[in-house]
Amino acid sequence: MFHRLFTKIRGNFQRKFSKQPYAVNAADMSVSAGIGREETALIEVSHLTKRYGSHTAVSDLSFTITPGKIYGFLGPNGAGKSTTMNIITGCLAATSGDVKIGGYDIFEQAKEAKKLVGYLPELPPLYVEQTAREYLHFVARAKGLKKQDIASEMEKVIEETHIEDVSDKLIKHLSKGYRQRVGIAQALLGNPEIIILDEPTVGLDPAQIIEIRELIKKLGESHTVILSSHILSEIQAICDEVLIIHKGKLVAFDKPENLSHALSGGNTIELCCEASADEMTQLLLDINKITDITVTEENGETCSAVLTVGEADPKAICREIFLAFSRSGKILQQMNPVSATLEDIFIEITGDNSKESNEEEENEEENDEENYEENKEE
Amino acid sequence: MAAVLEHELSMYYHSMKAYVFGAFLLVFTGIGALLYNINASVANFEYVLNFISITFIVLVPILTMRIMAEERSQKTDRLLFSLPITTTEIVIGKFLSLLIVFLIPVAIICLYPLLFSKYGDVYLPTSYGTILAFFFLGLALLSMGMFVSCLTESQSMAAGICVALMLFNYFCDTLADYVSSTTTGSVIGIAAVIALLALIVRYLTKSDFSGILVAVVLAAAVLAAYLYDSTILEGLLPNIMGQLSLFTRFNTFVNGVFDVTALVYDASVIIFFLFLCVQALEKRRYNG
Repeated sequence: MFHRLFTKIRGNFQRKFSKQPYAVNAADMSVSAGIGREETALIEVSHLTKRYGSHTAVSDLSFTITPGKIYGFLGPNGAGKSTTMNIITGCLAATSGDVKIGGYDIFEQAKEAKKLVGYLPELPPLYVEQTAREYLHFVARAKGLKKQDIASEMEKVIEETHIEDVSDKLIKHLSKGYRQRVGIAQALLGNPEIIILDEPTVGLDPAQIIEIRELIKKLGESHTVILSSHILSEIQAICDEVLIIHKGKLVAFDKPENLSHALSGGNTIELCCEASADEMTQLLLDINKITDITVTEENGETCSAVLTVGEADPKAICREIFLAFSRSGKILQQMNPVSATLEDIFIEITGDNSKESNEEEENEEENDEENYEENKEE
Repeated sequence: MAAVLEHELSMYYHSMKAYVFGAFLLVFTGIGALLYNINASVANFEYVLNFISITFIVLVPILTMRIMAEERSQKTDRLLFSLPITTTEIVIGKFLSLLIVFLIPVAIICLYPLLFSKYGDVYLPTSYGTILAFFFLGLALLSMGMFVSCLTESQSMAAGICVALMLFNYFCDTLADYVSSTTTGSVIGIAAVIALLALIVRYLTKSDFSGILVAVVLAAAVLAAYLYDSTILEGLLPNIMGQLSLFTRFNTFVNGVFDVTALVYDASVIIFFLFLCVQALEKRRYNG
């Protein structure tokens, strides 16, 4: 029994902490610096603004995207995600600002730039009177693929998106999930370096959502993928980097785990053990850095509590707690470090004035550095 | 461009539209040939073409109403814009598909005079000259219809406006007789046209300034002409209306005159409306 508990806790540890905190990456630097000029930049957006009459959909947006990762565009409805994607792909002209794709300006050298991008808009742009195969053939031709390559290229994307069974049916007879796949297949044709997907899982059933997510993850291995969503768990599950857009402005750009670390303002640990509240508190008091203990439940045999650990690394504290309990022979039933989810961050950022949250982010980063210094001294 | 052309053709022949267009055109040609060439024993095939040219009023919208309006309502224009093809290539590709869909029944019509010449004296040069003019007339009308389709998202709206435009074109010459040909009448008519033009410019550019500028410049030009010599304006409006009508120009061919200016005029109309199509699509890309 004890052994089983032990392995369960260890498993929990490994799951939660397997991802090491990363150093601030180059893409992040570009946000604070305004424009990042890098050799490896695949997409470079600088001071992009789009106005519809008096309404500003995107305002002074600047970021840089480097190859080989899955990027998530996150933002509430109407934040300017689709507008930004439409501009990057050349479907929409910007009011001001530049977009460079692989060094080509999307407005000036549209053809070269567009060849590097495969785009699936919010509604898959399908000709419903055609079969999937005819449709893909047209897109392949329009993308300028060589005639001898078209057949093999089509087979490749049909296989990748698993639409072999329906490829000869008229698109109007296909279900939403398959239509979405045909849309993705279209974007994949010609093997572009960048795949941009606008809300690819909207309107699908849970099984289809999982399938599409798996597909996107697989695509991320060989392409740079940008996808937008307002579903936070989705972004957290697939993306390497998250761009949070709010009211047309970029308010955060980082790895999901860095964001949760930087913005959570104190991590907590949930704990359940076979001991009385007093015994538990006694054991935990020995461990400094636990700033607060709240007992949530006590029924004679077991006791549950939520520990606030402030800015300290919850991983190290969990280890100490575990050792303290095992030394005293008390049984730890459950221990769960809770770091802020993307959802908390999202609400925190988009709920506030975006300017404030930017400042907050910077402050948090400073605090992190201080903590790091402290740790080194110890 | 070739990809768009191929794709549009497959769309036309997947749906019934291309067949309906071709079949109707040929049915009316058959009826016309029966009435004029067989029953009335007239050897001129031109009259048949003159008779069937009225069917364009209905047939042109059938072909053109979907060409851009459908893309917009189905959101497939997003795909076209994101593909590495220019707007000009899209417009030309689509227009060429219309040309081919129209060319096929016209090629069949070309057999008629040859067939009749087996049984009587058919003057082939006027017949084929008129068929050529008929083809150009059709293309010019198709380019107009295509422009109308670029302006709206709804196919029925595109069809309605297109029919109205075709009707105006057809009856332009007749209407011109009823328009006042006095100087004052012309000035009033021209003022109305200027106001309409200014409104269109205002709508397309979304800038009050350019709309007013167009109105002021044109009004100043008319005023200058009026002050210089008021007789210039006499009968100007009916003249312009007569000149504008594509069908009137086609009638000179029916009367046995091979009028190159009419062909040039048709070609300019085609280029002008294709240019407007490109502008309308670019505007849509700019305004979202």
